[in-house]
Amino acid sequence: MSAQQAGSPPPITGMYPRSEAEVVARTKALESLLIEKGLTSSDLIDKMVSLYEKDIGPLLGAKVVARAWVDPAFKTRLLENATKACAEMGIGGVQGEDMVCVENTPTVHNVIVCTLCSCYPWPVLGLPPNWYKYPQYRSRMVIEPRQALQEDFGLALPESVEIHVWDTSAEIRYFVLPERPAGTEGMTEEELAKFVTRDALIGVAKTKAP
Amino acid sequence: MNGGHDLGGMHGLGRVLVEENEPPFHSDWERRVFGLLWATFGTGKYNVDEFRHGIERMHPADYMTSRYYEHWLHTIERNLVAKGYITDEEVEAKTRYYLANPDAAVPRREDPQAAEAMAKLAGVGAPTRREVEVQPRFKVGDRVATRNMHPTGHTRLARYIRGKHGVVDRVYDAYVLPDTNAHGLSENPQYCYSVRFDARELWGDTAERNQAVYFDLWESYLQSA
Repeated sequence: MSAQQAGSPPPITGMYPRSEAEVVARTKALESLLIEKGLTSSDLIDKMVSLYEKDIGPLLGAKVVARAWVDPAFKTRLLENATKACAEMGIGGVQGEDMVCVENTPTVHNVIVCTLCSCYPWPVLGLPPNWYKYPQYRSRMVIEPRQALQEDFGLALPESVEIHVWDTSAEIRYFVLPERPAGTEGMTEEELAKFVTRDALIGVAKTKAP
Repeated sequence: MNGGHDLGGMHGLGRVLVEENEPPFHSDWERRVFGLLWATFGTGKYNVDEFRHGIERMHPADYMTSRYYEHWLHTIERNLVAKGYITDEEVEAKTRYYLANPDAAVPRREDPQAAEAMAKLAGVGAPTRREVEVQPRFKVGDRVATRNMHPTGHTRLARYIRGKHGVVDRVYDAYVLPDTNAHGLSENPQYCYSVRFDARELWGDTAERNQAVYFDLWESYLQSA
């Protein structure tokens, strides 16, 4: 009687991970089926890619913040209704139909996450970076934000600073109004916008210093 | 559903990996998948809740080991098949064709008006806010508790926030309810609330100090406490 050797159990599922070649082919397959069936057009795809690759990005949010720093009445309107305030500057649209801006102070630090998927305020920030969308950030930021901000982003916040983590679970899209850095008195909006980074608008960094 | 997407509070996933000066897209297929969202969701072939639920239904192991835009590719394909726009057989056959002919071009059809209209829509948005007759049940400062519910379908009540006590911080308008809208049931709009949860309430005595999570909740997720 020969000894029967048990084999290793199979992996859980067989569909993933897919090779690059398969993903490329499947994407082409979907697009070509939609074109052939008259359900979409190629330049629509081209145009939307271009819009979000080139035109819509964190420079827009930086402008909003810079205006809030120089114009106290605008800042009040921004904190009251960010959608309306951004619309004054021609900023708004998909994934920003209902925006809320939360203000950082010396005692409160805000940070944004979407634990369930990748919700992000596109009109002021553009498309999110991979780190925002992947499991590491999404799992960590709600349970150990102070440690995560320190370890993953080099942002050390003393325990006296209260951390507010906004989990974007509904259709409201949050972004941060960071503190204005010292040494920027008298600067114009255009000069100030340069200190406002995407990471500061998400809350994983403070603004750049002059 | 208690799917692999519901990640709040999970341990062991490792450090956040930041790519310096990361471009919005890393390859052409990612660009096209992004564009396919506008071509399909953008034209109303399915709604945003169906989009998200399609991703949630991925096997958790597949969800973790695939790339972000592969999730989009998955849900776009699943929703188009479910709605009858394409069939599984068509997708498989076409995929095999492009695998065998990697240099074959995707056919083109130009419609500048449609492209322009979609770009305009991007600037306007597609709000899910709705007018309702009733008043909000809760007000700022109310103590509330989230329900301990584990629906098998789509919900935005994350596992880590279920059965927890918090305080209403903001009262928002009424929005389409994902739990029904993802399943071809009515929009059923309900008021949304931002509710503040202290870290200790969520994570116990070893929680970080001086920290709170603000979580947005539909009215049916809540009860008074």
